Amino acid sequence: MMDGQVPEQALQPLIYDISAPGRSGVNLPECDVPRAPLPADLIRDDLPLPEVGEVQVVRHFVKLSQLNYSIDQGLYPLGSCTMKYNPKLNEDAARLPGFAQLHPLTDEAGSQGALFLMHELQGWLGEISGFEAVSLTPAAGAQGEFAGILMIRQYHIDRGEGQRDIILVPNSAHGTNPATVTMAGMEVRELPADAQGNVDMRALHAACEGDLRDRIAGMMITVPSTLGLFESTILEVIETVHDAGGLMYMDGANMNALMGVVKPGELGFDVMHYNLHKTFSTPHGGGGPGSGAVGVNEKLKPYLPGPIVEIIDEGQATGPTLDMPVGATYQVAHERTDGSPQPKPGDGPEPPLYGFVMPEKSIGRMKAFHGNFGMHLRAYAYIRVYGDSGIRDVTRYAVLNANYLRARLMRSYRVPYPRYCGHEFVLEGHIEGVDEVHALDISKRLMDYGFHPPTNYFPLIVPEALLIEPTETEVKEDLDAFVEAMERIAQEARTEPETLLNAPHTAPVRRLDEVRAAKELVLCCAPALPSYS
Amino acid sequence: MSYIPHTPAETRTMLAEIGVRSIDELFEAAPQSHRFPALDLPPPMSEMEVAAEMLAISEANDHGQDFAIFRGAGAYHHFIPSVVNHILLRGEFYTAYTPYQPEISQGTLQATYEYQSMMCALTGMDAANASHYDGATSLAEAVTVALEASRHRRRKVILSHAIHPQYREVVRTYHQGRDIRIIGDRGRGEIVDLLEMLDDNTAMLALQYPNFFGQINDLATVAEAVHEAGALLVIVANPMALSLFKSPGELGADIVVGEAQPMGVPLGFGGPYLGYFAIRQKYVRRIAGRIIGETRDADGKRAFVMTLRPREQDIKRERATSNICTNQGLMALAASVYMALMGKNGLRQVGELNYHKAHYAAERINRLDGYSVDMSKPFFNEFVVACPRPVEEINQALLEEGIIGGYDLGPHYFHLQDHMLLCATETNGKDEIDRLVEVMGGLG
Amino acid sequence: MGDWKTPANLKYSESDEWFALDGDIVTIGITDYAQDQLNDIVYVEFRDPGDSIDAGDSFGEVESVKAASELYSVVPGEIAEVNTALEDEPETVNADPFGAGWMVKIRAADLAGLDGLMDAAAYDAYCDSR
Repeated sequence: MMDGQVPEQALQPLIYDISAPGRSGVNLPECDVPRAPLPADLIRDDLPLPEVGEVQVVRHFVKLSQLNYSIDQGLYPLGSCTMKYNPKLNEDAARLPGFAQLHPLTDEAGSQGALFLMHELQGWLGEISGFEAVSLTPAAGAQGEFAGILMIRQYHIDRGEGQRDIILVPNSAHGTNPATVTMAGMEVRELPADAQGNVDMRALHAACEGDLRDRIAGMMITVPSTLGLFESTILEVIETVHDAGGLMYMDGANMNALMGVVKPGELGFDVMHYNLHKTFSTPHGGGGPGSGAVGVNEKLKPYLPGPIVEIIDEGQATGPTLDMPVGATYQVAHERTDGSPQPKPGDGPEPPLYGFVMPEKSIGRMKAFHGNFGMHLRAYAYIRVYGDSGIRDVTRYAVLNANYLRARLMRSYRVPYPRYCGHEFVLEGHIEGVDEVHALDISKRLMDYGFHPPTNYFPLIVPEALLIEPTETEVKEDLDAFVEAMERIAQEARTEPETLLNAPHTAPVRRLDEVRAAKELVLCCAPALPSYS
Repeated sequence: MSYIPHTPAETRTMLAEIGVRSIDELFEAAPQSHRFPALDLPPPMSEMEVAAEMLAISEANDHGQDFAIFRGAGAYHHFIPSVVNHILLRGEFYTAYTPYQPEISQGTLQATYEYQSMMCALTGMDAANASHYDGATSLAEAVTVALEASRHRRRKVILSHAIHPQYREVVRTYHQGRDIRIIGDRGRGEIVDLLEMLDDNTAMLALQYPNFFGQINDLATVAEAVHEAGALLVIVANPMALSLFKSPGELGADIVVGEAQPMGVPLGFGGPYLGYFAIRQKYVRRIAGRIIGETRDADGKRAFVMTLRPREQDIKRERATSNICTNQGLMALAASVYMALMGKNGLRQVGELNYHKAHYAAERINRLDGYSVDMSKPFFNEFVVACPRPVEEINQALLEEGIIGGYDLGPHYFHLQDHMLLCATETNGKDEIDRLVEVMGGLG
Repeated sequence: MGDWKTPANLKYSESDEWFALDGDIVTIGITDYAQDQLNDIVYVEFRDPGDSIDAGDSFGEVESVKAASELYSVVPGEIAEVNTALEDEPETVNADPFGAGWMVKIRAADLAGLDGLMDAAAYDAYCDSR
């Protein structure tokens, strides 16, 4: 509140509203060194942060947390976001001091554990998707896309084909795809979908074989598509773009439908990104952090964003040594302060030495340091749990759950494409004969039944789209309860549409005035500072 | 089957409902020639075994519980009150996603709004977004905003060489596809030299505060010169230093960006961190990423919602200026809880502890034979030490005494061979600092 | 036909701008159909007076809660005036798109671009077909 008044009706006061001068939420140690004089002319006069006690801070944030809906509370079928269960084991692992208190600029010898883990994860992600090399540095899927398109751009430039500046993008693509192309200084050409939800092959051939042929740099495509459908013509799509001299980028947002089913690298893709926060269970954190590793084939390997982890010195052991007793591989090269013994030569196989390497023609760094390592270690633990025999089951049961929901919901809603789906599918959120009810109203009403709504109005090519992705971690009873809720909502739409139009009724707040938010732009409640003039 | 709950009976019922005999039939659209490849991965493991392996791997690292850390250079070892982690571990926060449905996301929305507000308080800006990936990418996004603000008529970006070397690399990565010039950071130019480069083609000038070497420059006259040339002043600031030093807003900055990891986010081998981005009202509509605003619900109750949405990639597509979507939301929550706990006085106290510890260490090291510390300018919690022998040798000796020493500046700065960047924070007790000085002294 | 207004004395583009000619000054705004599609308009931004633009260039942008649209001119020239009142009250575009909701006036260097525009009847038919 800019005027300092607490509105009569507020869910929870703002942290500034519960501030009292002189109160503090921390207990800090006394200064144990001599105090140095502060440079008075550079010191600020006021630091307008709130003053709140520890107990109040805890209650404030606990109360706020209770206003959220989360996976830990129930089904979160937000299509294209893969809201699967986030294993608690991973959270414990991330908080181990050896990870949490490891400085990113620690010397190689002192970070062998972290480097080993990243090296293994690079290898596993490459194996799952059929790629030659992987860089873990991108911080999110969108950054992985950006890295991928920059690599394609540089590849063409190095071959003397810098005029290749067009990236083809299907009209069903995530908005990040076209936005990425623009960021890379390239041009987007949109391709339509055919009646089956596949890329329109005639439009693709026209683009790749017409006047623009020499300007085609590549294509970005999501597999399965954002409609949740496997492109049945994917091999022809790849061949057509390759024949025109372009490279193929796979948006890996939907990798939860592909693990152990096909390897994108084997299909002919040149580069893809993974979303560790979708497919590999790292938590979405109320908006992030994500992690958007990129995988590439031999052609693009020299261009990977860096640094990547490689074995710098083989030692006497060969390759990963996971079948050795736990801990045996991870001894560090120097003596430790905790008194643990330094391994002596001849004690056993010398572990290899891992180190960071900048690829030969790298497009550069995507962020400082080496990516969202906290997400890497969670993905590592996740893949370790499932292993070779289990990872395919993730995809199998994700696809089973989606098709089960689809089969049951087809009776009460229109499903635009008559095919089995991948890990997600689109419904039309429109009830026959009830034009005033929209997808959004169905979504809002779902909240009253205790569910998070699906993704609304995406993909853009389906009217009133509701994109539903249950994920493999959902149990049948909960899927059935979701179906029942959706059926009752379809019924309510016909008998009492007002109930939907005014929904939600049980959420902490009712529908919001977004016009007011955008016009008034109240973005900050901190007291104003002395301003620069 | 780990996190997959299906019983065989349920699977059968579900398959019957779909009308297929096996799950594999559902994959008929995937090219048959490539369907169901073998996966060469290690075998599955139980939770107990994975937990043991994670512990073993983590212990193969030199971490802050076994070592005294005197290394900063963009990542800082600070005390994090227990409350921060307990709040982060609330599933309601960390297992939710972007608050697309505001009615059931008011917790994330209000916490983010409070984060934005406290970042404005620290930086002296009018608005802050919900986060970028880290300090480096936040600077790269600031370049885009500056170019946009000039409607791409200005194509020159001036960076100080005293901005973190990796941040400057990231700016170049982000903008390699654009027809712009990035200058100023190849030499050793002082701020006055950078101001000389300003002209009517300059979109922005960026400085770091404190700079990469820990120094606080007097920026009182910089903004005027930058604005006179019609350019934007971007300041990369360590928010922890803003507990003590004048806010960039007071100094005339137009955009303030940086790494908020020091406030409640652990070192974590470099990520996830928290890029903050704050800006003057005049440019608020050019901000990229999520931003939360206040509004009312249908009953007039105060509530929060993502606003300025049409700028984003999902609506504006190829016309969007950034593709950011997922951000560092949970880290923004950490910073929010941290700032709320510390408050006005606590944060100031932490800032002072950092300042005094660093000055105590700097003064003692400066008195050692063979070493000298550049004390010509005020500094916060980092300082540059000229060493009598290669930094690597000194750091090896320190490591043997359980100390992670300073960052070697030689590889990044030709004129700083045998110079290390040392950092002291509130986590370094006097005894640790004395031990550091003693070991360094023995190598004089 | 839908229930939007299309004054007969104006000319219309496929990107939903209207154009009115007075001497060498061309006034431009967005149509009733367009404002209805955009819904509540919350922000407008125009190029500065004195800027020169080419035919086909964007002269500004209009934003609602859910969409952002670029605004295009079919004539080249210099921006003579922009409707600054809309900065504080963008909702005027919704309320009176052909009157107080006008956006810019361009001193046209060439009027040929106006020849390719639709008349009211053609524009109505075009909107109906969408």
